[in-house]
Amino acid sequence: MTDVFIVGIGIHPFGRTDSRSGLQQGEYAARAALADTNLQWSDMQFAYGGSDAAGKADTLVTQLGLTTLPFVNVLNGCATGGAALFGAYNAVRSGDFDLGIAIGFDKHPRGAFDPKPADWGLPDWYGESGLMLTTQFFATKLRRYMDLHNITPITLARVAEKAYHNGSLAPHAWRRTPVSIDAILGAPMLNDPLTKLMFCSPAEGAVALIVASEKKARQLGGPAIRIKAISLRTRPQGSFEVFAPYLDLERGGSATTVASRAAFEAAGLGPEDIDVVQLQDTESGAEVMHMAENGFCRDGDQEKWLAEGRTRLDGALPINTDGGCLACGEPIGASGLRQVHENVVQLRGTGGARQVARKVRNAYSHVYGAPGVSAVVILQC
Amino acid sequence: MAVRPIAPDVLTTGSPPRLIGGRHRASGRMVFPLPQDRESYERVELPSRGSLWSYTVQRFAPKSPPYRGAQPFQPFALGYVELPGALIVESRLTEVEFDELRLGLSLELTATVLRHDEDGTAVLTYAFRPLRDARA
Repeated sequence: MTDVFIVGIGIHPFGRTDSRSGLQQGEYAARAALADTNLQWSDMQFAYGGSDAAGKADTLVTQLGLTTLPFVNVLNGCATGGAALFGAYNAVRSGDFDLGIAIGFDKHPRGAFDPKPADWGLPDWYGESGLMLTTQFFATKLRRYMDLHNITPITLARVAEKAYHNGSLAPHAWRRTPVSIDAILGAPMLNDPLTKLMFCSPAEGAVALIVASEKKARQLGGPAIRIKAISLRTRPQGSFEVFAPYLDLERGGSATTVASRAAFEAAGLGPEDIDVVQLQDTESGAEVMHMAENGFCRDGDQEKWLAEGRTRLDGALPINTDGGCLACGEPIGASGLRQVHENVVQLRGTGGARQVARKVRNAYSHVYGAPGVSAVVILQC
Repeated sequence: MAVRPIAPDVLTTGSPPRLIGGRHRASGRMVFPLPQDRESYERVELPSRGSLWSYTVQRFAPKSPPYRGAQPFQPFALGYVELPGALIVESRLTEVEFDELRLGLSLELTATVLRHDEDGTAVLTYAFRPLRDARA
């Protein structure tokens, strides 16, 4: 088995681009990644791609070229991008291929995500009675966590303030204007304790990553970032997920805790070895809880960490350096690959105004989504 | 006034009402609501009292469909209620001020009117409210 490297990256700006379909944004990102590597589409031996709501990824061959390459579509909710990279990684690692591409894209209309109970195996009355909202899940998981571990609302606001600040420095981000802590706390309350400015929004965007074997990466000669580990996991018994009419009394871990441990184990690294982190931040509290679920701090430490600015660009452990989902929005199929893209940028040292202050050798990204799936990628340079 | 439960096999009509869950015959694991598969799941009435496990307030009107609550929309509390020996159930919370909500609050099940059908029939769903005698 060979090690696997990321040798090219491309991104279509996140946010709203009325002039381009989701597929066109995917094409844009793929072409950008090819240009980044000085490669042609005809050099690609395989592709993995996915979008949740913006079309079939394999139809991209119409625009990119009818080279007859195998193109596998993936669909894993918020972990779609992670699943695409997981597939691409294994295709190269197995030795069957030595150069391929992972593409994730999406385009969600304003206020998207209106789930139907039957699609989730739930009775109609669950939706009728007003219990079928993703925001309720985030709020109730967070409320309990905050009360048990003494986290206060200002910590949630600090997470969002950091996100909008970092987003203002990232050319691909959607929200590029800094927002004050007071404005975040004073925004309309949606589901207590979360205000409107603590939530990310459905959005648009695309990312493509070109992966290569060690031999191929050396031949290409450009910057190569090693995929030290990648894990994709579904939920264990006793986890707390979106749209749960009940929970087991006996509480368990989460897809995140399982994926995180597996990735650290495969990498032979621990949280203390990581220099920069991208975490799923569907809302401020998710970043707070995921800091602990991924092993970077103990439950409750977040209050102090955020107050001290430890997760800012100039801190000891920068988190969500391009503003995360809060500043970039969440095009489901692209979101997990955006995190990996950002870590490649940080490892290459090309982050410009958002380049972290500390030296970066190991970078960690974590995506999580319904109905309890998580992907973790650890990169090394 | 005519009343009907929001759906069959969600809650009993007794006083106090009880939620209808299922016990997995093979593993003994409790679930809610009661699955259709009665070969695998036995019908059980869940405890009517519990304690608040977590909560939030629904401040904005959920999308319709699927939401079919009374109009105009009024914010409501909801949360998860730990039912000892059974499971932790998601529920609306009623007869409580939003700022009274606390983890561990003692609660009891009640039926509450979600909306009225066009013919005036009251549609009942379940909710938990503070256990009054425990507060006295």
